Amino acid sequence: MVSITSDPIDVSSALTLLQSDQAGAIDFFLGMVRDNTQQRSVDHLEYEAYDRMAISEMRKIVEQAREQWTILKCVVVHRKGTLRVGEIAVLIGVSTPHRADSFDACRYIIDTIKQTVPIWKKEVFTDGETWVNAHP
Amino acid sequence: MNTQISVLLFGITRDLTGQSAVTLPLTEGARVSDLLESIHAQFPDLARIRSMMVAVNGEYAEPDLALSSSDEVALIPPVSGG
Repeated sequence: MVSITSDPIDVSSALTLLQSDQAGAIDFFLGMVRDNTQQRSVDHLEYEAYDRMAISEMRKIVEQAREQWTILKCVVVHRKGTLRVGEIAVLIGVSTPHRADSFDACRYIIDTIKQTVPIWKKEVFTDGETWVNAHP
Repeated sequence: MNTQISVLLFGITRDLTGQSAVTLPLTEGARVSDLLESIHAQFPDLARIRSMMVAVNGEYAEPDLALSSSDEVALIPPVSGG
């Protein structure tokens, strides 16, 4: 299941979706809003998504992971809108028969999301703001 | 015949242009690279962005892809999700 939401991400409902009698392992990756970037104090983040394409790109990534590892179930939820320090920006959850596949698939999915999915993060500092990765 | 094409803008491209979409003239046979050229001519500030991709109908597009006025086109500045 792949989705984009303006609401807070609920880990326990993701866990319910991932459970399977065949699963020997469930891994989560949670991307969190940190209170600083390169010594600048973060007030909040603004995430913006090209929803239609972001969903289809995230589905492609999940399919690529399924080709490489034995995955029973997979949940990807990305937040958009205004996020405060300590909130979950992205959740990746994977259930697999054995733990090595869970760790590897989870890492592949988050690493690839950061490279190809059309979602943008603006860091709003106490003294200015910047779109991440946008400038040379 | 000249038609028009609408281009969706997100993130820094929306901030730099002050618009969430722009409409540009589309000449017969125009390609993605032509569109990028005319949008940069209209909004020179976009040159401040590190790199720029174009999506057509929700997929990353090569520069030589031909455009039609019914396409959904979007500028994709460097992504920063996760």
